[in-house]
Amino acid sequence: MTLILPSDAALSAVGADTARSGARVGEARGAVRMEVRNLCKVFADDPRPALALLRDGAGKAEVLARLNVNVGVVDASFDIRAGEIFVIMGLSGSGKSTMVRLLNRLIEPTAGSIQLDGRDLTALSKNELVEVLRRDLSMVFQSFALLPNRTALDNAAFGLEVAGVGRDARRDAAMRALDKVGLSAYAHRYPRELSGGMQQRVGLARALAKNPSILLMDEAFSALDPLIRTDMQNELLRLQREQARTIVFISHDADEAMRIADRIAVMEEGRIVQIGTPAEIITNPADEYVRAFFRGVDPSRVLRARDLARCDDRVTLVEEGEDPIAALRRLAERGVGYGYVRGRDGRFLGVLSRAEGTILNRPEPVAADAPLHSLLRRVATAPCPVPVVDGGGRFLGVLTRAALLETLDRGDDPRG
Amino acid sequence: MDELWNGLLAGGVGRWADRLVNLILDHGQPTLDVIAAVVDGFGAAIDNTLIGLPPWALGGALTALALWRVGKGFALFALLSLAGIHAMGLWEPMASTLGLVVASTTLSLLIGVPLGIAMARSRLADGVGATLLDFMQTMPAFVYLIPAVMFFGLGRVPGILATVIFAMPPAVRLTALGIRQVPAELVEAGRAFGCKDHQLLLKVQLPNALPSIMAGVNQTMMMALSMIVVASMIGAGGLGNVVLQGIQRLDIGLGFESGLAVVLLAILLDRITQSFGVQSFGARGFGPHGVDRGASKGGAQ
Repeated sequence: MTLILPSDAALSAVGADTARSGARVGEARGAVRMEVRNLCKVFADDPRPALALLRDGAGKAEVLARLNVNVGVVDASFDIRAGEIFVIMGLSGSGKSTMVRLLNRLIEPTAGSIQLDGRDLTALSKNELVEVLRRDLSMVFQSFALLPNRTALDNAAFGLEVAGVGRDARRDAAMRALDKVGLSAYAHRYPRELSGGMQQRVGLARALAKNPSILLMDEAFSALDPLIRTDMQNELLRLQREQARTIVFISHDADEAMRIADRIAVMEEGRIVQIGTPAEIITNPADEYVRAFFRGVDPSRVLRARDLARCDDRVTLVEEGEDPIAALRRLAERGVGYGYVRGRDGRFLGVLSRAEGTILNRPEPVAADAPLHSLLRRVATAPCPVPVVDGGGRFLGVLTRAALLETLDRGDDPRG
Repeated sequence: MDELWNGLLAGGVGRWADRLVNLILDHGQPTLDVIAAVVDGFGAAIDNTLIGLPPWALGGALTALALWRVGKGFALFALLSLAGIHAMGLWEPMASTLGLVVASTTLSLLIGVPLGIAMARSRLADGVGATLLDFMQTMPAFVYLIPAVMFFGLGRVPGILATVIFAMPPAVRLTALGIRQVPAELVEAGRAFGCKDHQLLLKVQLPNALPSIMAGVNQTMMMALSMIVVASMIGAGGLGNVVLQGIQRLDIGLGFESGLAVVLLAILLDRITQSFGVQSFGARGFGPHGVDRGASKGGAQ
């Protein structure tokens, strides 16, 4: 006797909503584009004493007090991968603005290296750097930094203009870029005629017009109203879905970082204190600073089912083809009410209920990428921990009420 | 000891200045001749053109400029002023003064704007330039009128050159100031998109410094006008000559008339050049968004 399998209908419905984020995560695991190693910036004519102090573990404040030298970035190492949105965040003065300017050498690094596709940017001559900036890197500024004497179109064409692209070709490209950000109707308007949000769209169009492979965004949305900011974040995510670019995004807004980031680097006093996915950072902050930084973030909107899915020895697995009587006996021995049936290909097949002695297709499995806040009711009302499956229907583990509640409890609420 | 010290300074500095002038006179004559020829040719060309124009043409052009740049009311004022100057019989000296002002302003800008750019871009040029400018602005004008006459004789050339020295500083200072005041993020944007130095200057810095540079042009022109009147004492000609005649003959009426003509010309030139300093790109009434730059934190660190 073999197991009777439930219908596949319930399982196939799961695949649809995993498509979006699944695709993004897939591209994010691309090749390394930018490799930053031991990058330092101190603002001093002779950086050696400051660097020596920093190597001995002195903080930013100590170096400032003892040497009167301002420290920007200390010993930063990280990789930026093709197609990912890499958010660098921290409070003001943590060095994040300096960091992004080191990446395109608007500020010259004091020490360390920045490899772009295997080429060391810090070793380039001025002219070689100009070539790289014209071809590969674009930047979007917090204050928009549009040229007030040029129309939106001519602003968008700026990067191509300085690179020597002919008038018609660059205007075509600029027009397409404006179209992408929904501003083609305003092409002949001057910046002062546009609202803040529109101006930043022009800034974005200027950055996109030359089709750069890396986009640096310095607090790009911080000067905008909250509603417009959300709009622009959606716009960025939409553009990213159309064509995955490598984006380095600077932000001091924890919610923004959680929304758009594939990975986040948290900076404190010029040092990078943690790098990880939003889920990793929220579930496992490296220190009290990081924890405090993200305290206001609602974890149920950041975390997805996969982050809490557990498949350890407390989960009773039943393999396809196993004798159901033996399986039921095993459930009884372990004192649990339900077993999770897994196919030979790893696909989730159903839940074996001890009480009913049969395989149910309830509770329906949830998609690995479903955000927690959409699952609260299902987890609360299910008779047993809810199974979690990936896009291909493979069983990843279960989501228990205890795990969910534990995650939602920040453990540091005002009364505690 | 004291006497030695006093002797060195009191007589010494002056003696060195004296020697320098003599050195230039003895050995620099060919260079001085070239400078004189160029300045004279340039000044004469502009002067003769303006004097040569029939009054209605020059007056019409100035009135039209006033109408285009400022407005109807001011155009009417310009027309009446010019008619008044013509009626007082001062048209030709006025045209001559205008020519000298245009010539010396042009020369001042040709030297002053590049100097201002250099000062904004290099700390060394800034140090040297600032000292030079202090010198030019505070040294009493009569002090260099005398060597100017020794170098170039009486007439238009020393007048124009003395005026250039006197009128150039605002052009230099306001050019340098304008370029330094271009928002840091605009310069960063220029560099981030791969501008070379000259592109940064031409496409980002100069266009954004233009209001300040135009304020410098305005100030230079005003100072040139006031100096060119003084320079008539060394034979530069124009309205200053008439003022001088009025003083010499104790002819209060003539002095007042020519003085009034200078004032009217000053008002015309001031308003017209000021109008070039006001820039507005795009429709009015969208003010607040245009200055959103205030929201920036001022770049790195």
